[in-house]
Amino acid sequence: MFRVEELTKRFAGGAGAGPLTLTLQRGATYALIGPSGCGKSTFLRLLNGLQTPDSGLIEFDGQPVIPANVAAIRRRIGYVIQDGGLFPHLSARRNVSLQAEFVGWGRARIEARIAALRDLVQLPDDLLDRDPARLSGGQRQRVSLMRALMLDPAALLLDEPLGALDPMIRAELQDDLQRIFRELEKTVVLVTHDLAEASHFSRDILLMADGRVVQRGSLAELTSQPASEFVERFVTAQRSLHAEASA
Amino acid sequence: MNRAPGTLIVLALVAGGHFAALPAAQGAVTVASKMFTESVVLGEILKQTLEAAGIKPVKHKAELGGTRVLFDGLVAGEIDAYVEYTGTLREEIFAGQDVATDEALAAALAKRGIAMSAPLGFNNPYAMAVLRDTAERLKLTKVSDLADHPELRVGLSNEFLQRGDGWPALRAAYRLPQQTVEGMDHALAYLRLKAGQVDFIDAYATDAELSRSAIVVLQDDLDHFPRYDSIVLYRQETARAEPRLAPAIESLAGTISTERMAAMNAAVKFDEQSEAAVAAQFLADELGVARTEPLPTTTIAAQIAHRTKQHLGLVLGSLLPAIAVAIPLGIVAAKFPSLGQAILAVTGVVQTIPSLALLALLMTAAIRLQIKTLGDWSPAALIALFLYSLLPIVRNTAAGFQGIAPHLRESAEALGLSRWYRLRRIELPLATPMILAGVKTAAVMNIGFAALGALIGAGGYGQPIMTGIRLNNVGIIMQGAIPAAVLAIVVQLGFEAAERWLVAPALRQSQRAA
Repeated sequence: MFRVEELTKRFAGGAGAGPLTLTLQRGATYALIGPSGCGKSTFLRLLNGLQTPDSGLIEFDGQPVIPANVAAIRRRIGYVIQDGGLFPHLSARRNVSLQAEFVGWGRARIEARIAALRDLVQLPDDLLDRDPARLSGGQRQRVSLMRALMLDPAALLLDEPLGALDPMIRAELQDDLQRIFRELEKTVVLVTHDLAEASHFSRDILLMADGRVVQRGSLAELTSQPASEFVERFVTAQRSLHAEASA
Repeated sequence: MNRAPGTLIVLALVAGGHFAALPAAQGAVTVASKMFTESVVLGEILKQTLEAAGIKPVKHKAELGGTRVLFDGLVAGEIDAYVEYTGTLREEIFAGQDVATDEALAAALAKRGIAMSAPLGFNNPYAMAVLRDTAERLKLTKVSDLADHPELRVGLSNEFLQRGDGWPALRAAYRLPQQTVEGMDHALAYLRLKAGQVDFIDAYATDAELSRSAIVVLQDDLDHFPRYDSIVLYRQETARAEPRLAPAIESLAGTISTERMAAMNAAVKFDEQSEAAVAAQFLADELGVARTEPLPTTTIAAQIAHRTKQHLGLVLGSLLPAIAVAIPLGIVAAKFPSLGQAILAVTGVVQTIPSLALLALLMTAAIRLQIKTLGDWSPAALIALFLYSLLPIVRNTAAGFQGIAPHLRESAEALGLSRWYRLRRIELPLATPMILAGVKTAAVMNIGFAALGALIGAGGYGQPIMTGIRLNNVGIIMQGAIPAAVLAIVVQLGFEAAERWLVAPALRQSQRAA
């Protein structure tokens, strides 16, 4: 679904991503993980063209992600960020239907799609007529997911989608997201800084540091066969964090 | 009285050149007056004299402007006749030309298509005026006596300070030693003289105050000041088309004495009689012309309604185009920051040009371009207000767009919408509260600035304010000031309603504060 070759992006301060060369298969779920500033969000934003690479190539479904066709490609890639990024001046329903209105869907088709998505994310219908400010954090993420899925995209990019939620809601939404990803069979790329969350969603975890993927594999592989001292330290730190939390 | 209020000097000086030839309406005769009481009274006398001769309708554009504005308007045919002073013509219109005799002056005027009537009677030169107390204490009777009192403080109208035969020439002729010289509007000079803040001022022999106050005029013992015979100027073309015009005007020759003129000025200024009523009384007394129909009376309410219409015309006529131009400019400024700096710099500089100077510059430009400059919908006034309205709207629009949170901007981009769709559905609504605040600022400022339109005859609430200052009548000033304030409040309320209509509830100021 995504083919990335020799991709690099550097910012003025030295941070950035790349060089990266990898392939992401259709229908699979990937988790991007790593410490702050490792380039995981930058990589995600390169995939849908929100960042323009300094060099290298990205292909989505065989098409290069370049300015000339980026708008059409973005309509086939859903994007969800921390705390939703919902437009405050539009009701939840208008947020969700915006893309479909732009591509010229009729009212009936839009309503039918919204009803289906509402069932998928399990959001009560009356909440859809509220402004985003009058929804809880978890509800906002469900609306944001509906918006991202409106045009039935082939891929879904999520940047710390659970990052701003309290633990109870987080656990609940995590289960729902896992169910949704399984039902939809879309290519999902999810950014998180939490190894447990990453392993919850994916058996293919990409651990990043300094802009590169330092190891790729399941949680078990990362734990038992760390590729470097950094991987070992990262995994150990995450585990002890969870051990403390559950103690 | 003064022949052009100080504030109008700039307009008078720069508005040289030629008016477009816009003939007055067919059959109708238009007279005009300058922005001081005597001129308005004489304008009314002229109007009623023409009406008594059977010429109808006669329109009086009262308080239209200064000398240059009226003279150019006469040459261009925007007006047909007005009362002028020979000295003013020599000093301001034909300065540097050899028009020393009245015959030479008439010939110079004839070349411009203008006829000059015989003198109306009073000769109204400049004079130096002091309080009677001061005159008695210091034994002052003539201007040359002032040379012995260097300690006296001088208050002069701005016009007198600058004109060719004014203060510099007077001081040289009489070797006057006074160092403390203050420029002020003539209407305020008498107040300051009576309050003892200045010791002598420039005045005119027919000033209303001279017939009612303990103020005396010092004799011009060196005959410094030229003659200021009052005469009627009228278009030869109009006189040919309307044969009754010239005889009617000439019938006024020699009918108005200096004392009568001062008394008429005083009747308007101190007895609050209307200029029309004073003129009607004069016609009845001197020419035996009794009005067959009552003077047209307008209620204060009708006047305020008329001025509100003019004022709103100025405000809306400038604000709506400003909105149409400034919002796109603001968006461009936000999207292209380097261009944006230039846009904000230019609109900012426009804002710093003093309003009077801007009006004057635009008047000059309008005259050069042969565009109508006077009266309702004066392009100069509309363009000045338009330019002043730009900055607050451009600045707020740019700030509104730049203030959109980056994560929202990015979410909009990630949806794969077109630029135009993003602008219309997301960015513009998010920036609307800021844009509305900018438009509101511009509108309220504009309501205040529009009062200056009265300086070039565009009417509006500025008109009673100017008249009130001229007559030193707070009541008349209030007829302009109160409606202007009320209009500003109404506009504020209107914008609150507009906010409810245009701005999504979640973005409203009240909601955000909660």
